Amino acid sequence: MPDIVVKTEDVVKEYRMGSNVLRALDGINIEIQRGEYISLMGPSGSGKSTLFNMIGALDRPTEGEVYIDGQNMSHLSQRQIAAFRCHRVGYIFQSYNLLNVRTAHGNVTLPMIFAGIPEKQRNEKAEKLLDKVGLGDRMYHLPDELSGGQRQRVAIARALANDPSIILADEPTANLDTITGREIIDLIKQLNTEQGVTVISATHDLKMLDVSDRIVDIRDGLVERIRNRDEIEIEVGEVGGHE
Amino acid sequence: MEQQRPIEEQIDLPFLESLRISFQSLKIRFGRSIITTAGITLGIAFLVSVWTNNEIEFALQESGRSSEITNIDEAAEQGISTKDIWLIIMSLIVCVVGIANSMLMAVTERFREIGTMKCLGALDGFVVRLFLLESGFQGFAGALIGALIGLLGAVILGLKNYGLDLFFYFPLLPARPENGPFQLGVLLLILFGCVLGMILAVIGSSFPAWRAAKLPPAEAMRTEV
Ligand SMILES: Nc1ncnc2c1ncn2[C@@H]1O[C@H](COP(=O)(O)OP(=O)(O)OP(=O)(O)O)[C@@H](O)[C@H]1O
Ligand SMILES: [Mg+2]
Repeated sequence: MPDIVVKTEDVVKEYRMGSNVLRALDGINIEIQRGEYISLMGPSGSGKSTLFNMIGALDRPTEGEVYIDGQNMSHLSQRQIAAFRCHRVGYIFQSYNLLNVRTAHGNVTLPMIFAGIPEKQRNEKAEKLLDKVGLGDRMYHLPDELSGGQRQRVAIARALANDPSIILADEPTANLDTITGREIIDLIKQLNTEQGVTVISATHDLKMLDVSDRIVDIRDGLVERIRNRDEIEIEVGEVGGHE
Repeated sequence: MEQQRPIEEQIDLPFLESLRISFQSLKIRFGRSIITTAGITLGIAFLVSVWTNNEIEFALQESGRSSEITNIDEAAEQGISTKDIWLIIMSLIVCVVGIANSMLMAVTERFREIGTMKCLGALDGFVVRLFLLESGFQGFAGALIGALIGLLGAVILGLKNYGLDLFFYFPLLPARPENGPFQLGVLLLILFGCVLGMILAVIGSSFPAWRAAKLPPAEAMRTEV
């Protein structure tokens, strides 16, 4: 029996703007297995980020349920949701979302501070993680002093701080050039294969296709189709031809 | 779904840890913190100078050494004139609005930071506490400096009007306490200015911070300033 980490049941998200109601998600049903690398693809405005927010407990669905590790997220208390964000998920955003007032090292230690990990231990771990993402020599720089690619590496190190079982990445390469983007993708893929972290990533980036186990195509707030790895490989060739 | 690891409850952060984070944040954003603090300083300086000036005039009129010899008797009878009450109330309003505005701006530009901290596991209470500490410290420092500047301003004006007599009749304590609540004496006035500045800064910052902390992180992070 497959081990399902994330399951959504008829998830609907509506945004109300005055009298207008915008249905950003229109009943999403997906199941994601532990250790999978999933890419959410779809045109701009199709609802990828909205779904990302639902899975990561960054917002509540208007209708439907999200289950993580078999837990119905709508049944959790505020404290449990905070602990969930702290321990279970590592978030990576398009715009990095580092805290500008903290150094690279300070950004990586923050989730560990929230988790109550003793100072010495968390400092060591932050150093180890920053080393791992290739920023061993930039640890005490502020985000403003780092390049886009370096900032995203800090964000990845920070996402790993509390050994999450899920990495959620919303267009992690959108602000990066092709080569840097490639490096970031490889880094995330490496975490996926070596540590068995489940990766769920929203993306436009075709480079993401060939590292994905499955691709979920989202269109107008619905799952249009789900493609497996073997179906993808053929299409990557086609896509490459168009570029 | 076999692996049902239950989700634990998030812990509270020790107070010292919060204090450290808030000081780091003040330190690194020093330039910006100074601007916010200056907003508080200005408000309190204005209030304290107007008020002190008033107390000085009243005290020297009491002593019969007023430069404006116009209506000593009236002033002595009524305590403080309507014009002066009006001035003090106006300066209080300017002070409240000014401080609330600079705190609100300082919090609003940090909505994204608040959303991000919540992604990393911050409890709403921690966010509010962080802003409470930062603004309390800024409020106190800003208000103390403001009160001293305001006092200095009023003393200079007093010296110009009354010369050294000012110091003989300086209203450290209320000149005539029975003449109504607008007389505090300069000592109490400075204390009042500091407390007021701190309270306004704390309210002006924790209230918007509390509202931001209540937002789902996705929404807080969307806010662009
Ligand atoms: N907070 C919000 N308020 C109102 N409408 C929103 C909000 N967030 C998203 N939307 C709308 O919901 C729809 C889906 O948005 P979403 O951000 O999920 O798209 P996306 O697939 O991530 O697009 P992109 O590839 O451009 O990031 C869009 O039409 C968007 O305008
Ligand atoms: Mg998006």
